[in-house]
Amino acid sequence: MTTVALKPATMAQALGRALRDAMAADPAVHVMGEDVGTLGGVFRVTDGLAKEFGDDRCTDTPLAEAGILGAAVGMAMYGLRPVVEMQFDAFAYPAFEQLISHVAKMRNRTRGAMPLPITIRVPYGGGIGGVEHHSDSSEAYYMATPGLHVVMPATVSDAYGLLREAIASDDPVVFLEPKRLYWSKDSWNPDEPPAVEPIGRAVVRRSGRSATLITYGPSVPVCLEAAEAARAEGWDLEVVDLRSLVPFDDETVAASVRRTGRAVVVHESGGFGGPGGEIAARVTERCFHHLEAPVLRVAGFDIPYPPPMLERHHLPGVDRILDAVGRLQWEAQS
Amino acid sequence: MTVMEQRGAYRPTPPPAWQPRTDPAPLLPDALPHRVLGTDAAAQVDPALLRRLHTELVRGRRYNVQATALTKQGRLAVYPSSTGQEACEVAAALVLEERDWLFPSYRDTLAAVARGLDPVQALTLLRGDWHTGYDPHEHRVAPLSTPLATQLPHAVGLAHAARLKGDDVVALALVGDGGTSEGDFHEALNFAAVWRAPVVFLVQNNGFAISVPLAKQTAAPSLAHKAVGYGMPGRLVDGNDAVAVHQVLSEAIAHARAGGGPTLVEAVTYRIDAHTNADDATRYRGDSEVETWRGHDPVTLVERELTERGLLDEAALQAVRDDAEAMAADLRERMNQDPVLDPMDLFAHVYARPTPQLLEQESQLRAELDAEADGSLGAGPHGPEGAGR
Repeated sequence: MTTVALKPATMAQALGRALRDAMAADPAVHVMGEDVGTLGGVFRVTDGLAKEFGDDRCTDTPLAEAGILGAAVGMAMYGLRPVVEMQFDAFAYPAFEQLISHVAKMRNRTRGAMPLPITIRVPYGGGIGGVEHHSDSSEAYYMATPGLHVVMPATVSDAYGLLREAIASDDPVVFLEPKRLYWSKDSWNPDEPPAVEPIGRAVVRRSGRSATLITYGPSVPVCLEAAEAARAEGWDLEVVDLRSLVPFDDETVAASVRRTGRAVVVHESGGFGGPGGEIAARVTERCFHHLEAPVLRVAGFDIPYPPPMLERHHLPGVDRILDAVGRLQWEAQS
Repeated sequence: MTVMEQRGAYRPTPPPAWQPRTDPAPLLPDALPHRVLGTDAAAQVDPALLRRLHTELVRGRRYNVQATALTKQGRLAVYPSSTGQEACEVAAALVLEERDWLFPSYRDTLAAVARGLDPVQALTLLRGDWHTGYDPHEHRVAPLSTPLATQLPHAVGLAHAARLKGDDVVALALVGDGGTSEGDFHEALNFAAVWRAPVVFLVQNNGFAISVPLAKQTAAPSLAHKAVGYGMPGRLVDGNDAVAVHQVLSEAIAHARAGGGPTLVEAVTYRIDAHTNADDATRYRGDSEVETWRGHDPVTLVERELTERGLLDEAALQAVRDDAEAMAADLRERMNQDPVLDPMDLFAHVYARPTPQLLEQESQLRAELDAEADGSLGAGPHGPEGAGR
């Protein structure tokens, strides 16, 4: 029996490989956006695609996000499967009208006659020392819009598998790529990319018995680190990686919280009106009689994304998560 | 060393020679809108085209009148009339080949109908029983777009995709004068020109964006002048002259089909009715202005030409009017029937694969409908036929 040598790959490389494989598998897949061609994207995710598939399949567009997404709508109407890049989270905002008024609704308003299989890749989130408009966590806007799927990988394998699933999906998918994980590495065999189940399944990244950390995207490694640190305090934490906010995997989340009886939602976007409120409500509705404490949230502060020199105070880190875990000893307080 | 010598030592290299990318002169529109009817050129117009335009204009006018009446009877939630603009609507539909695509705005129901859509299906959005009443692929008419100018980049993308696939397809996108102020107008024209996409933009400049007149909308010499900034030709046409609009659009479409890229056409016209039935146009314009434009009516212009050339006698005119009347009667009768709606359709087309959350909500509604049907069979707002599948 031969052992396949696993090579370390970065998330950016895995995303690029997913785009390449999707383009090779289906001539309808077109990659487009600002700087995706000759430059290979500012994060090099699209590196080599224009060379391999030509400018018509991997297109440098004018600098105009509404135009990029609006043109993608027309291309999808004609049977293509556009994958557009928004370069940075806050740069996607000019495209919001196209996203919300057309991309999310076209299937619905045409009663299924005109689905739009568009993947919108958004490098998102903080922690890379970017100046303002380069670090927003915009998932709450997307998840509040019916008709969109909202997906975010946290591992190299998921980056590949979920992006392939997103491109194959007949529905529009907002694919949020955690920027600070682009250079995270994982042992990965690019010759045998892992199979991933369809979008919408959460995964238990670490089993535990005392409480569940519910998280996604850039906060997954932070939660795993917190879970390791919590062992010293006698806490055995379970970490659930949602992988997808829409659809939401109530089953996996509720099953975990019923086992552990306690839950903390962790994300770096703001807490007020953020995903954590929705998640906490869903958990409470399903697990009320199993809960030993209220569902707590550890989120970014409700402030505009701070300048790089202060961002470490904003982003939920291990200490803040451990502090919340400590507060789960509810009966001692009440 | 003198100061001059020092300067000489630090003299910067001169900038590289600059050349304009495109000669702007051929892109500029003519000073006056292109006209055919009422000029010597009208004698050359093919009688068959004149008759075709006339028939469609009369039908179009009748359609506008009928739809407006239906709003008064509560059968339509709202109707943005295109009375006065029928020449643009009809020409837009007639210049397209079957394989081409039309991208209408909310005021362009008539263009969709002239392209062959069922008049009732074209009104589905405005009636309020669903958002789009037709399969856009069937007649290659995109859904009527309510947000302004957002359909323009779609037209660009579709035309671009068709060309990538090697298909000989042109997209024609309609927008109003107000829509030219939107960012999507700019982005669409820029994309189209850079990609040399086979797309034609028709601005129906009807003078007002609801109540705001053109002078408060733009400082450009004309809307057609905007084209030169994108590197595409701008054309100005009398939007009430159906023959002129047909000619200018046909040329633009032939240009696009031959690989020449996009054209921006501005049709100067006038909205005779209010913005919609919910608008009071007397607050922002005077009767005399409206009357002036009534004197330049698109239906009358064609009718006069046909009559003067002896191509339309009383019997032929009556036949055209009877045909329009029959269309209106059929529309009236079918619109007076209550649409049968299935509430479960609310969930049918949100996603290809419904989320678990939507499946739960679907079950909830089904249970509510079942309870409603059990409790009061035959009564209630939906009645038994609406309650289940």
